[in-house]
Amino acid sequence: MLSVRVEKALGDFTLDIAFTSAGGATVLFGPSGTGKTSIINMIAGLLRPDRGRIALDDDVLFDDAARIDVPAHKRRVGYVFQEGRLFPHLSVKSNLDYGRWIGGHAADPAAFTHVVDLLDIGALLDRRPGKLSGGERQRVAIGRALLARPRMLLLDEPLASLDAGRKAEILPYLERLRDGAEVPMIYVSHDASEVTRIASHVVRIDGGRVTATGGVELLS
Amino acid sequence: MLDLSPEEWTAVMLSLRIAAVATAVSLPFGIAVAYLLARKNFWGKSVLDALIHLPLVLPPVVTGYLLLIAFGRKAPLGAFLADNFGIVFSFRWTGAALACGIMAFPLLVRPIRLSIEAIDTKLEDAASTLGASRLWVFATVTLPLALPGIIAGTMLGFAKALGEFGATITFVSNIPGETQTISAAIYTLTQVPDGDSAAFRLVIVSIIISLAALIAAEWFARRAAARLHGN
Repeated sequence: MLSVRVEKALGDFTLDIAFTSAGGATVLFGPSGTGKTSIINMIAGLLRPDRGRIALDDDVLFDDAARIDVPAHKRRVGYVFQEGRLFPHLSVKSNLDYGRWIGGHAADPAAFTHVVDLLDIGALLDRRPGKLSGGERQRVAIGRALLARPRMLLLDEPLASLDAGRKAEILPYLERLRDGAEVPMIYVSHDASEVTRIASHVVRIDGGRVTATGGVELLS
Repeated sequence: MLDLSPEEWTAVMLSLRIAAVATAVSLPFGIAVAYLLARKNFWGKSVLDALIHLPLVLPPVVTGYLLLIAFGRKAPLGAFLADNFGIVFSFRWTGAALACGIMAFPLLVRPIRLSIEAIDTKLEDAASTLGASRLWVFATVTLPLALPGIIAGTMLGFAKALGEFGATITFVSNIPGETQTISAAIYTLTQVPDGDSAAFRLVIVSIIISLAALIAAEWFARRAAARLHGN
């Protein structure tokens, strides 16, 4: 279970957020510019909260009172960015393998094949990220995050840069991911139609505050 | 036409050795300084920046004279290095390499700095979420993405080191077989009555080396760019 309670001054408003996520797909839902991305950046360790506590199960990732701030690379939190952020100098295969390799783990062909099949990216392995379509890029980005064996997956508007057709192309993979109960997900979105099928739990955010928590009914 | 005498060959090989050593030793420092200037804000940053660019704007003779004052046998720093580490710069080829390295440094740093500044730091964030420590992020993301700039900087630095004249001759003089580079040899030959044909041979060699370095750098840069932008 992920528990988050953070405060952070962000330019013209202050983020003051508390929520928990028990598994499945928790959607952080709200209009653009309300600090949703900042929240998952704080969970990932890319942004430091001013105050608060972030814990994943029994593992405290951040606690200002206890002076705990685990660096991003030790948090084992996967992150799928809005714009993919694949490494342009590496092949798709090396991108997918990056997390395992950097972590010093032995190759696990079964896990690799499983993720490649799940996301249907087997045909792309020898290509360079520059030659991928937007939808392909995001599928590879999801695979890359998964193959680093994260304890949780953060997705920041992973479909926002794609047209409707491409969105429909990726959504089934995300559903499969959720239903396979492989890793809990935190999914940031401002688009209700995109996340209705995915959300198992919704946290509504507006103006830097949590305005409601509950199920998919909050998306309407 | 290119029937070089043994003395001329010595000058050519010495020039190549001095330029190669100067560039190779400067490169790690150049990358470190470029990274600092591109990414970090610290007290004295503009002073460091100015200091690095100083050899570019100072008359080379002044730089050479400053080196002589600092690293001469009787100078405190030069005596310290000689007594404790056995490193002697004055009137040695190593001193020529030091002078060339310092003169080439600003040209080496600049393209590397620009290419590091152009890297999207979001890619580095992505690497850290995948488990890469800062050092690994640097080695596996920053450095490969800066490679075109590193190649350009190396090539510019090497070219400058190869042609350096003023600081070198001031600091380590013009000793055949020890500190006499192609440039110094050509200069010497132009000062004697029948040196024209020998000077001309060295000029041709100089042009060939420079062209070869340019072509090689272009080739490497193209390969690096192709790697970065997909194939």
